[in-house]
Amino acid sequence: MTISIDPQKTNNESLQPKGWLRYFSFSLDHKVIGIQYLICGFLFYLIGGTLASAIRIELASPMSDFMPRDVYNQVLTLHGTIMIFLWIVPVVNGAFGNYLIPFYVGARDMAFPRLNAVAFWLIPPSGLMLVASYFVEGAAQAGWTAYPPLSITTPQSGQIIWILSVLLLGGSSIFGGINFIATIIKLRRPGLKLMQLPMYCWAMLGTSLLVVLSTPVLAGTLILLSFDIIANTGFFNPVLGGNVVVYQHLFWFYSHPAVYIMVLPAFGLVSEILPVHARKPLFGYTTMVFSIMGIVVLGLVVWAHHMFTSGTPPWMRLFFTIATAFIAVPTGIKFFNWVATLWGGKISINSAMLFSCGFIINFVFGGITGVALAQVPFDIHVHDTYFVVAHFHYIVYGGTVFIIFSSIYHWFPKVTGKMLNEKLGISHFIITFIGFNLCFAPQHWLGLNGMPRRVAEYDPQFQFVNQISSLGALLMAISTIPFLINVFLSVRNGKNAGDNPWNALTPEWLTSSPPPVENWEGEAPLVEEPYGYGKEISEQK
Amino acid sequence: MLNKNFYLILIISLVFAISFWIGFNVNLLPAEASINAPIYDELFKILFIIGLIIFIGMTIAVIYSLFKFRKRNDQIGDGIALEGNLSLEIVWTIIPSIIVLLIGLYSYNIYDRMGGMKELNHNHEMMSSNTEKIWAGISQNSDNEIAINNLSIEVSAMQFAFLFNYPKGNFISGELHVPVDQKVSMKMESKDVIHAFWVPEFRIKQDIIPGQPTILNFTPTKVGKYPIICAELCGPYHGGMRASIIVEKESDYNEWFNKNKKPEVNL
Repeated sequence: MTISIDPQKTNNESLQPKGWLRYFSFSLDHKVIGIQYLICGFLFYLIGGTLASAIRIELASPMSDFMPRDVYNQVLTLHGTIMIFLWIVPVVNGAFGNYLIPFYVGARDMAFPRLNAVAFWLIPPSGLMLVASYFVEGAAQAGWTAYPPLSITTPQSGQIIWILSVLLLGGSSIFGGINFIATIIKLRRPGLKLMQLPMYCWAMLGTSLLVVLSTPVLAGTLILLSFDIIANTGFFNPVLGGNVVVYQHLFWFYSHPAVYIMVLPAFGLVSEILPVHARKPLFGYTTMVFSIMGIVVLGLVVWAHHMFTSGTPPWMRLFFTIATAFIAVPTGIKFFNWVATLWGGKISINSAMLFSCGFIINFVFGGITGVALAQVPFDIHVHDTYFVVAHFHYIVYGGTVFIIFSSIYHWFPKVTGKMLNEKLGISHFIITFIGFNLCFAPQHWLGLNGMPRRVAEYDPQFQFVNQISSLGALLMAISTIPFLINVFLSVRNGKNAGDNPWNALTPEWLTSSPPPVENWEGEAPLVEEPYGYGKEISEQK
Repeated sequence: MLNKNFYLILIISLVFAISFWIGFNVNLLPAEASINAPIYDELFKILFIIGLIIFIGMTIAVIYSLFKFRKRNDQIGDGIALEGNLSLEIVWTIIPSIIVLLIGLYSYNIYDRMGGMKELNHNHEMMSSNTEKIWAGISQNSDNEIAINNLSIEVSAMQFAFLFNYPKGNFISGELHVPVDQKVSMKMESKDVIHAFWVPEFRIKQDIIPGQPTILNFTPTKVGKYPIICAELCGPYHGGMRASIIVEKESDYNEWFNKNKKPEVNL
C-alpha cells in the first residue's frame, strides 16, 4: 500500500500560523502537537508538584495543622489525578509519541491529523475544569480511585466535574491510541518491516492496544458512577442494593493497565536513548518486542491485586498473585537487556544517560517491591499504607518521570536545534536522584510500621521519618529550578546542535533540527537498522 | 593476576553475603503480636533477601558499566556491534521465571498457613443459621489453633469510629478487648463507606464494606495495647479513625467482660 501526500502546498497549510503562535493553534503538524502535549503536561506537572509539596508540608507534623482535613483530601485527589491523567499519560504517550512515531515509521504526519489535534485540545479544558472545581464547592475528595460509596457521599459538584474531566481525558487518550495504531500499522514507509521499527514504536503499539481495550471500561464505569451521584441509581450504592466491590473490579480493569500505559512508553524511550549514548546496538531486539507484548497480555489480567483486602475469594487472590508476579519476567528481561546494552559500550556520561541509568536503578527497586506486593499474604499487611505509596512512586516517578527528563535532554537538540547545558543537566539529575530516594525510600518503613496512606495526621512516632521524606520532597521541588533555567537559557542562547549532535541512527536525526513541516525535504529515508552502531567500523576494516 | 571469573564469583558471593546479613539483621517490621505475625515475617525476610540480591546486583552492574565502559577523551567510534545473545537471553528468562514461581509457591504455603485458603462460611458460629453471603477475609488454620473456644465479636465501622459488639455480653465497646492466645472471630460490616481494619502488629488487614459482611479471624499472642487503624480513605477524619485493641490475660479479660456485661433483656 502506498500513501501519497500531495506535494503541493495545500490551502490547509497556509492557514496554519507560523512561529510561536502555532503552538496555540489547532495545528495539524504532529511535531507541534507533540510539543503542545509536552508543555501542557509540564505546566500540570508544576501544579501537581505544588500539591505534592502541600501534602509533604502537612505531613511534616503529626497533627492536621496546615490545611483543613477536607481540603487535604481534595489536594491528594487532585495530585493523583493531575499527575496521572494530565502529566504522565499525555507526555509519555501524546508528546513523545506524536513527535517521534511519524519519523520512526517514515511518514510525514500521523494517520489522522485532525483527530490528533482534537485529542490534544481536549486536555487543556478538562485539566482547567478539574483544577477549577476546587473553587466551585471544593474539588473531588475521594482519592483518584473515587471508590463509592465515599465518592457518592462527598460533595457532588466536585466529584461530577472530576468524572467529566477524566472522561474527556480518557477520550483524548483513546483518540491518541487509535491514531498511533493506525500510524504504526498503516503509514509505514514502503520497504520498512515491522521488525525493523525502533523499539518505541513497539512500546506505543502495545500501549495503544491497552488504551483502546481498557479505557472504555473506565469511561463506562465513571458514567455509571455519575448516574449514582446525580440520578440516584444504585449501581454502586449499597443503600440501594448496589455493589461497591464491582466498581473496584471495573476501575482497576482500566487502572492497572494504566500503569503499563505509563511505563511501557518509557521502556520504549529508554530503548532509544541507551544505544545512542552507549554507542551499541540495542541488546536482544526480538526478546524486547516479545516482552512488551507479554506485558500487554499479562497487564490485562492482574487488576484484582489491588483488591486483596476487599474480600475477594481465595482462588481469585491466588490467580492474581501468580499472574502479577509473572509480569516480573518480561519486565526483568528488558532490564537485563538494557544493562547488556551498556556492557562493552563507549558510554557518554551525560544528563540523558544519567537519567536513564537512574531510571533503571529506581525501577528495579520499585519492581522488586512490586513482586513482594503481588504476594497476597505480604500485601494484606501493607495494602493501603505508605509502603504502596513508596512502591508506585518508584515506578511512576523514579521510572517514568526520570525517563521523561532523560528524553527531554536527548531530544531537545532535535526540537530546538540548540544543546542543553550539561552542567545544569547533571546537577538537575543529582538533586532529583537524591531528593527522590530521600523522599520515597523511608516511606517503605512507614508503611510496614503502621502508617496508612491518604492521612493528614499520624502517630507521632513517625514524625522524624516523615520529616526526612518531606526534606526529600523539598529537594525534588528545588531540582526543577536548574532544569527550568537550563531550558530557558538554552532555547535563547544554547550552543547550536547541528542536525545530529549524538550521531544517532534513528530516522528523526536524519533530517534538519528543527525538522521541516513535513519532516523531510525529499523522500523519507529507509532506516533498516536503527541500532546499527559499531557496524560501519567493522565493515570498513 | 587472577582471572575475571574469580572477581565475578567474589562479587556475587559478596552481594549474597551482604544481602543475607542485612536480611537477617535489619528489622523493618513492628512487634509480632499474633500467630500470623511470625509467619508473615518469615515471608518478608525471604522476599527481602531475594530483593536485596537482585537490587544490589543490578545497581552494581549499572554503576560498573558506567565507570568501566565510559567513553575516554581519546576514544572515537562505537562500541562492539553486539545485537544479542540467545543463550544469555534464555538464561535470564528462565531463572527469573523459576524464582517467581518458587516465590509464588512459597507465598501460597505461607497464605495457607495463615488460613487464607480456608472456607470461612463453615466455622463461623454466627453464620450457622444464616444463608447470607460472606465475603472471605483472612482466616487462620486450625493447626495453629491454641484456642479452645472462639470469641465472636461483631464489628461495625462508621465515619469515623469502630464499634465492637460482644453478643454474649450484650454490650458495645469502643475498645476491642481480647484474651491472649484465644482465637477471635470477627464479623465486620460498615454503616456508611468502605473502611478497613488493620492491626500492624498482627499483620492483618481486611476491608469493612457496606452491604457485604466480611470476616476476620486472628489469635493474639502477646499481652499489650495495639492500634487499630482504618486503612481505607473514608472521609476528612480518616487519619483520625483509630481505636485500640487490648490483649490481656484471660483473667483480666473476664473481669473486664463481666464488668461490662448487661443482663439479657426480655421483651
